[in-house]
Parts: sequence; structure tokens; C-alpha cells
Amino acid sequence: MVPYLFLGFAALLVATALMVILHRNPVTSALFLVLSFSSLAGIYLLLQAEFIGMVQIIVYAGASMVLFLFVIMYLNLQHDVEKGAQIALRRGIGWMVGALLLLFAGLLAKKGWVSGPVAALPPDTTGGNAAAIGRVLYSRFLFPFEITSILLLVAMVGAIVLAKGRPAPQGEAE
Amino acid sequence: MLAYLPVLLFVLVGLGFGAVTIGLSTIIVPRRENAVKNSAYECGVEPVGNARGRFSVKFYLVAVLFILFDIEAVFLYPWAVSFHQLGLYGLIEMVLFILILLAGYFYLLKKRALEWE
Amino acid sequence: MSIVPQPTFLALDWWALGPVLALTAGTILLLLLEFLPQRANGNRGGIVSLLTFLASGYAVWRVAGEKRELFGGMFVHDPMTVFFTLLFCAVGVLATLMSWDYLKRTKINQAEYYALLLSSVLGMVVMAASNDLVTVFLGLELMSLALYVMVGFRRSQLESNEASLKYFLLGAFASGFLLYGIALLYGATGSSNLAMIGAFLADTPLATNPMLLMGSLLVFVGFAFKVAAAPFHMWTPDVYEGAPTSVTGFMSAGAKAAGFAALLRVALRALGPVMVDWTQLLAVIAFLTMTVGNVTALLQGNLKRMLAYSSIAHAGYILVAVAAGGPEGASAAVFYLATYSFMNIGAFAVLTMLGKGREERVLMSDLAGLGFREPLLGLALTAFMLSLAGIPPMAGFMGKLYIFGEAVKHPQLLWVVVAGVLNSVVSVYYYLRVTVSLYMKEPEGEPVGISWGAPAVLAIVITLAATLWFGLQAQGLWIQAQNSVMGLL
Repeated sequence: MVPYLFLGFAALLVATALMVILHRNPVTSALFLVLSFSSLAGIYLLLQAEFIGMVQIIVYAGASMVLFLFVIMYLNLQHDVEKGAQIALRRGIGWMVGALLLLFAGLLAKKGWVSGPVAALPPDTTGGNAAAIGRVLYSRFLFPFEITSILLLVAMVGAIVLAKGRPAPQGEAE
Repeated sequence: MLAYLPVLLFVLVGLGFGAVTIGLSTIIVPRRENAVKNSAYECGVEPVGNARGRFSVKFYLVAVLFILFDIEAVFLYPWAVSFHQLGLYGLIEMVLFILILLAGYFYLLKKRALEWE
Repeated sequence: MSIVPQPTFLALDWWALGPVLALTAGTILLLLLEFLPQRANGNRGGIVSLLTFLASGYAVWRVAGEKRELFGGMFVHDPMTVFFTLLFCAVGVLATLMSWDYLKRTKINQAEYYALLLSSVLGMVVMAASNDLVTVFLGLELMSLALYVMVGFRRSQLESNEASLKYFLLGAFASGFLLYGIALLYGATGSSNLAMIGAFLADTPLATNPMLLMGSLLVFVGFAFKVAAAPFHMWTPDVYEGAPTSVTGFMSAGAKAAGFAALLRVALRALGPVMVDWTQLLAVIAFLTMTVGNVTALLQGNLKRMLAYSSIAHAGYILVAVAAGGPEGASAAVFYLATYSFMNIGAFAVLTMLGKGREERVLMSDLAGLGFREPLLGLALTAFMLSLAGIPPMAGFMGKLYIFGEAVKHPQLLWVVVAGVLNSVVSVYYYLRVTVSLYMKEPEGEPVGISWGAPAVLAIVITLAATLWFGLQAQGLWIQAQNSVMGLL
């Protein structure tokens, strides 16, 4: 059952991700991104990472996408406005890098995975997925966790500076 | 896997409810069409024109701030459920985390970023 | 119900964590100080950040000889951390000094500027001090996020906005590469801890494992973006030109040093056993970076753009040292980073003084005749240019000497050393063009007004002294650089 579900979610993920970059209307692209985030959440659920799956939906499919849509609306992009040889070249490079990554994925599938010693950490799931994450996040990953709070603080300041700033001083041509 | 059966049922019921209400209303609704009825309904906004009007940057600011505090809340959840094992130490680190963001919140208040104007 | 083990902190650890604590506190303090009214001519932002940098430097210097691993290796206190933390604090102090009057005359909001300056230095410290890929990434993001905003601080200027957006988009792209590489390295070795990755790779022959290869390649690509190495240097000239001059000076020194610090740690600690396989690729990248930087710099008429290409070229020289590998190559890179930081910030400090009010006069033609009207300023700029060109007795010469001296010990790197020396010769041309402008050109149009300010002059004096001192007495710094790499925890 699980392998089939995985294949289903994975196929949906790849298909919607492709639609994100191929669709000409940016709003539709963003909505396809919601769908691809949701399929990714499905894969997380299959891996029994329920908490991450839910966060994927709440933060990415929910909050981030709202931001994406606002930015698209703010920029007022009607359709693909990019044309010309330079864009075509850039697209070509993009496809080439994509093909390279695909080749690499094929190589990986052929060679098999190698996992190091720490992967064998005993999954202590008493109290559920979120509690297990909590026990690791707030002990081993304490330092990164606190740095994250400063990162969020900087993001706040940055958003204010760039989006709000201070009103242009009077009497000066801006 | 069986634990997800209720979720699956819920999704199916939700999809079904939507499909049935829309489907049923298209079948049994009496059709008496006129120009006003056929025009798009929009509450208080000009109903005709491009729906992709330009948004103010204020929406963006609110959305960014929402995400930042959303992430803060996400961090609170695993902390809350493992609180008993983390003990006093866990409390201190979370207080530190929230204090840092609280400073940001006060800064936002000062900059009037949360007021619409 | 298992109780989670809780770490204990020694007094030593608190000192070692001092920079992190001080920089965090300083950032928050600056934001909260916004509630108090500011005197019209005051500069409490600058004062707070100066004190914070000095406190951070003092804290880490106090326990300089110690070695500690904190948070299970997420943060290590070793000679390399000490060296780079002190360097970043110095860069921060110099950036504050040269921003002091520049911010006032360009009307940049000061509280946020200094808060972001502090947090970006915090990101650099975390990068240099982290022995774990997770913290490397977080430090990098913290530094970059603050820099994206700082680049866009001149909000009324279109170029500044463009620079910020470009830097952000390409930087986010690079972070994506780096993160994917980290994920693959974790998958291949089962750990994100650099030491454990290194230990695993030493025992297990994984050299041809595609996941490891791809992971290391992507990590290198991510760092290459950040240190502006070809072919990932495209953003540099536009960003350096559009950013406020003080920010350009800060990021050209700090961000580059932090990127290389993290790269060196990853290369030495985690990928040490497989680095041999990367030597030729790194040498090719170094060659490309030097050549692209130097040749394009020849054509620039804008000093900020010229220094941007010159900073690309210098990234190339440092990559030669990274390619040489081992502790010897790494110490040459560390030495070069320190000297480069001082001379480059010095050059930018001079640039911040050109122009009155909100104007910015950084064209080559703006310098015409400046050497006679402002002899001291002209002399200082000439000294920085000579040092950047690598002419003795300046620090830049010693840096190049150490790098090429280490690299030439490896026969397979001989070609890139020859290319590097030729590149240095090419670079002399455009650095001397500045001097020619200063002393041998007649000024056309309105001469450039100079915005004198004691703090910026102090910054120039400090950097000039360092540039001369490290050129004449390089031994002391060289020993420190070697220590910092040998004592890697």
C-alpha cells in the first residue's frame, strides 16, 4: 500500500512542480505550487513524519503561498513578459542543469544509497512525532534554534526597512 | 496506515459535500436569467474588469510578519508536547527565544508596522 | 519518560559564547532604543555597535588559548574561531567608523543599519565557529539576510534596489544549492557534524559515491556564490555598485572572509580525506576567477565596480591556496583574508568620503587631480591600491607571497601559480590607473567635494597602519594564521 501511495504522491509532486515552471500565468503557477507542497506533505506523512507534514501544509502551503500570491499581485504580472534570445539562453541553461540533476538521480538509483553511522539513531517516538522532534530540537539543536530566533528578528527588521522605511524627507527630490 | 482511515473519510466526505451541493444546485435550480443576475457578484467592488488589480505593498508586509510569527508558533508546538522531559532548561531556552522575538514585536509596534492607516 | 540530558556551562564557555551573546544583545538593544527620542546630531547606533564589537572581541580574546566544543559541536571555540571572530570584530569596528558620517550625509536610517550590521557580524561569527553543517547554513543565512537588506538601504536609488533584489535572488539560489548539498552530504555520511563526516570518510572509501560527489560539488557551488568565484560571480559588480559604499566595503571584506572561513572548515574537517580529488577543479575555478576578475576590472570606469572585479580576482588568489589544500594552504588563505580585509576596507573608507550630501562620486574621472588637492587622502588611496596590487612592502605582497609559495610546492598547481603571477601583473595596470588619475590627470568639471569626518579618517589610519605593518612585520600574523589552522578542533 505505502509504495503505491508514495508513487502517487511523487508523481503528483513532479507533475505539479513542472506545471509551476511551465505555466504562463504566475498566479496559476503559484496555485500549482500549493498542490505540490501538499503532495510533499503526503510523502512526509508516509514517512511517519506527521509533524513535518502538518508544518509543510500550515507554513508552506498556507502562509508562504499567501505571501507568494501577494507579491505576484503586487508586481501585477499579467503573463510571461520575458522574451528574447537572452531569456531563451537562460531557459536552455536551466533545462541543461535539470537534465544533469536527472542524470545524477539515475546514477544514484543505480549505485544505491550509502548511509553513515548516525542514521541508525534509535527512533524514540514515545509521545508522538512532535514530542520526539521537541526532544532533539531543544537539546542537540539548541544553538541553531536560538540562532533561528535572531534570523526571524532580522527578517522582521528587513521587511520593515524595505517595505516601510521612513517617509522621504520633505523638500528633497526622490 | 489504518490510523489515517478517519482522515481519508473526512477528505472524502468533504469532497463529496462540495460535489453534491454544487451538482444538486445545478440540476434542481429554476433558471430565470436576466442581465443583472448573470453579471459576476462581487461585494462592494467593481464586478467587471481585471481581477488581478495591483495590491498595496502593505499586504506584503502583513503577510511577511504573519509568516514570521507563524514559524514562532510552529516552534512552540513540539516544545509544548515535550515540555515535561525538557524541564526547567527547556523553559529557559524557550523564554530566550520568545524574548528575542518579543523585542522584534515591540520594534514593529514602534514602527507602526501593524497599523493599517 | 526519558529526561533529556542538559548541558552544563563552564565560566570559560560563557566567555567563548561572549561574541554571540554580545552581538545578539546589541542588536536587540538598538531596536529597543528606538523608543527613546534621538538627539538630532547623535549617533547612539554607532556607539552601541562600537561597544558591542569591542566587548565581543574582548570576550573571545580573554579565552583565546582555550579549546571547547559547545552544544555537541554545533559551536566550537578553537584558535580558528578566535582568529576569525577577532577579524570580524575589527571589520565591524572599521565598518562602523566609515559609516559614521556616511550614513548622516546619505540620510540612511541608523538604528536599523547598525542592528543589521551587528547581526550580520553575528552570522559571520557563527559561520566561522560552527563545526556542523546546520550551523554553517544558519550563520550564512543570518549574514546574508542582513546583507540583502543593507545593500538596499538607499531606498530612493534605483540601483540600490536593483542591487538588493539581485543579491537576494542569486543569494537565495545559492543557499538552495548549499542546502541541497548539505542534505546530500548528510545522506551519504549520516551526519551533519563536520568532524564525524571527516571520520566517516577517512574509514569508508566513498570517493566515487555519486551522492557524496554531488553533495560536495553543490556545497562548493554554494560557497563559490558567496565568495564571488567565477562562474558564480555575476552578481558582484552590480551589487557592489548599487549598495551604499560603506556596506560594499563591509561585505567585500566580511562576507568573503566568512565564506572562506566556513569553506576552509568544511574542506579541512569534513572533506579532508577526499579533498585531493578536488584539487584540479578548484585550481581551474581559481584560474577562471582570477582571470575574469582582473581582465574585466581593466575596463571599469567606476571605482566601486573596479573594486568589485578586483574582489573577484582576490577570491581567485585565495582559491589557489584552498586548492593547495592542507593546513599550509589554509593558513596562507587565512593570512590573505586578514590582510585583504584591511586594505580593501581602507580603500572603501576613502571612497565613502568622496562627495557631499547624498551624491556619490566614485568614477575614475572624479579622482582627477585629487592627489594634489588632498595629499593625505591621495597618499592613503595610493597605498591601498599598491597593497591590492601586491607591491612590496605592502601587506598584499606578503599575502600573495605566502599563497603562491605554498601552492608552488605542489607540482600539479604550478600552472595556476604562473597564471596567478601573470594576473597580478595585469592587475597592477588598473590599480595604478587610480594613482595616475590622482596625480596625473587634470580635473574636468566640478571637483569632488570631500566629506571629512574624524571616524572615517580614523578607519583609514587604522587600515593604513595594518596594511603597512602586516607588510613589514608579516611574521606575527603569519604565525597566528598558522596557529588558527593547526589548532582546528
